[in-house]
Amino acid sequence: MRRRDDMTSRNSILLQIGDVSCVIWQETLSLISFIGEAVSACADAVRRPRKIRWRETLFYMNMCGSDGLPITALICFLTGIILGYQCAVQMHKYGADAFLPGLVGCSVVRELGPMMVAIVATGRAGSAFAAEIGTMKVSEEIDAMRTMGFLPERFLVIPKLIAMALTIPMLTTIGDVMGILGGMIVGHASLGMPVQTYYQQTIEWVAPEYFFESIFKSVVFAVVITLTGCWRGFRAGNDAIAVGKATTSAVVISILFIILCDTFLAHVFNTIFFG
Amino acid sequence: MTQNAISVKNLTAGYGRRIVLENISFDVPQGQILTILGGSGCGKSTLLKHMIGLRTPFAGDILLHGKSIVSSTGNRKRAIMRRFGVAYQGGALFRSLSLAENIALPMEEHTKMSREEIREKVREKLRLVNLDGYQDYMPSDLSGGMVKRAAFARSLALDPDILFFDEPSAGLDPLSSASLDRLILDIREKTAATIVVVTHELESIFTIADRAVMLDANTKSIIADGPPLELKKHSANSFVRLFLNAGHDPADHSHEGGIHAGDK
Repeated sequence: MRRRDDMTSRNSILLQIGDVSCVIWQETLSLISFIGEAVSACADAVRRPRKIRWRETLFYMNMCGSDGLPITALICFLTGIILGYQCAVQMHKYGADAFLPGLVGCSVVRELGPMMVAIVATGRAGSAFAAEIGTMKVSEEIDAMRTMGFLPERFLVIPKLIAMALTIPMLTTIGDVMGILGGMIVGHASLGMPVQTYYQQTIEWVAPEYFFESIFKSVVFAVVITLTGCWRGFRAGNDAIAVGKATTSAVVISILFIILCDTFLAHVFNTIFFG
Repeated sequence: MTQNAISVKNLTAGYGRRIVLENISFDVPQGQILTILGGSGCGKSTLLKHMIGLRTPFAGDILLHGKSIVSSTGNRKRAIMRRFGVAYQGGALFRSLSLAENIALPMEEHTKMSREEIREKVREKLRLVNLDGYQDYMPSDLSGGMVKRAAFARSLALDPDILFFDEPSAGLDPLSSASLDRLILDIREKTAATIVVVTHELESIFTIADRAVMLDANTKSIIADGPPLELKKHSANSFVRLFLNAGHDPADHSHEGGIHAGDK
């Protein structure tokens, strides 16, 4: 009896591993297929730019950009303050106060700025894209598009992709500046560093190429967030619970992909460009 | 010999490993109003989704004006799709667009009409469904019946030869439902289109249909095919008679309420 139970549980574990593997395999295939469709839609948009839904693009630029600016700026500013505090306390012990602007500046511009903006954008835009497309699927709007002879990928993904690829780098640049500003306030208030000195030190340490890295990363993250959000929306089931699940998975998978991409890009930039 | 608008040939369809429809064949001549009816879960919507090319069957073929929508892909499939219009059960209007924009969308994408021509055409379509003046309304501002009529107008945008209406009367009050029935007849009269209506509303079936095809969940096939009034009175299948007489079979009172499709 005991042996049979062991067999059953072993089978169930193996079955579970098999089930999970099958799901991961199917999802990977669907992601590859979706990326293929999105690339084809992008190529089509480049060939026929007049067919791009520019009005929707402006709507999403407003939604992802100007509507998200206050919260993004605030989060980056607070991140700069937190980083500044943590560094100031540690560096003060070793008399390395002068390095605070460089450390905060480089960390914010090269890593934390693009990352924080991407995470906020995932929560705001990525989830909204998944919910919007998922709801359209439930209400048969996606089916209606297909039977009208449209490519839903071109219709729904391209305006979002253009809007995100244009607005997220702008938000990131503002976020970088706000983060540096947060560090500056800590440097001035906690270490008594004059603002002018902090500014000069920041300029000395933060090379213009770091802003290029920041903007490059933000474009990659914008593409990742948009494609993941839209992909999860298209993969949603046909009821309200499925839309909720799609939204959650869009956020979780986007953040995972962002961190994976950031790891890869950090390696590339450090070894190839700044090595 | 005139070509049929729609030909369904030996269609076997379902989901995953589950077969819902098995070896179904029928033709729809140009200009006919066909209703597809049957109890819940008999495969009406499945059949419709295959006819409009949203799903691929396990076996068989569906020809629209002689062109297979099953074996076509890419641009060829989209070209076939542009020749028919579909009004979905919930309307499926794009909620981010106004009524006029919803109807104009297919014209903007698939024709070279000027903005003025499109605006005039949108008015014409809205007039046809008695919604002239509602151009700037958003779908969320419309009642259920108006949404259905707007969906009809959008399905007519490209002047298609074939129209598919999925449960047009579902969820509507009797007056709105009757008004939609009149509208369907009016559309046929003005456009000469072939119309396929999926429904189980008896009033609608008897009002609009030239012909009814009845599906059955047990046999997974067509159990009746003919003019609805004829089937109501003289069908050889007692389930069909019972269904079309709203549960009161004039020929046999002993089976009331407990009859199955297989009973003859």
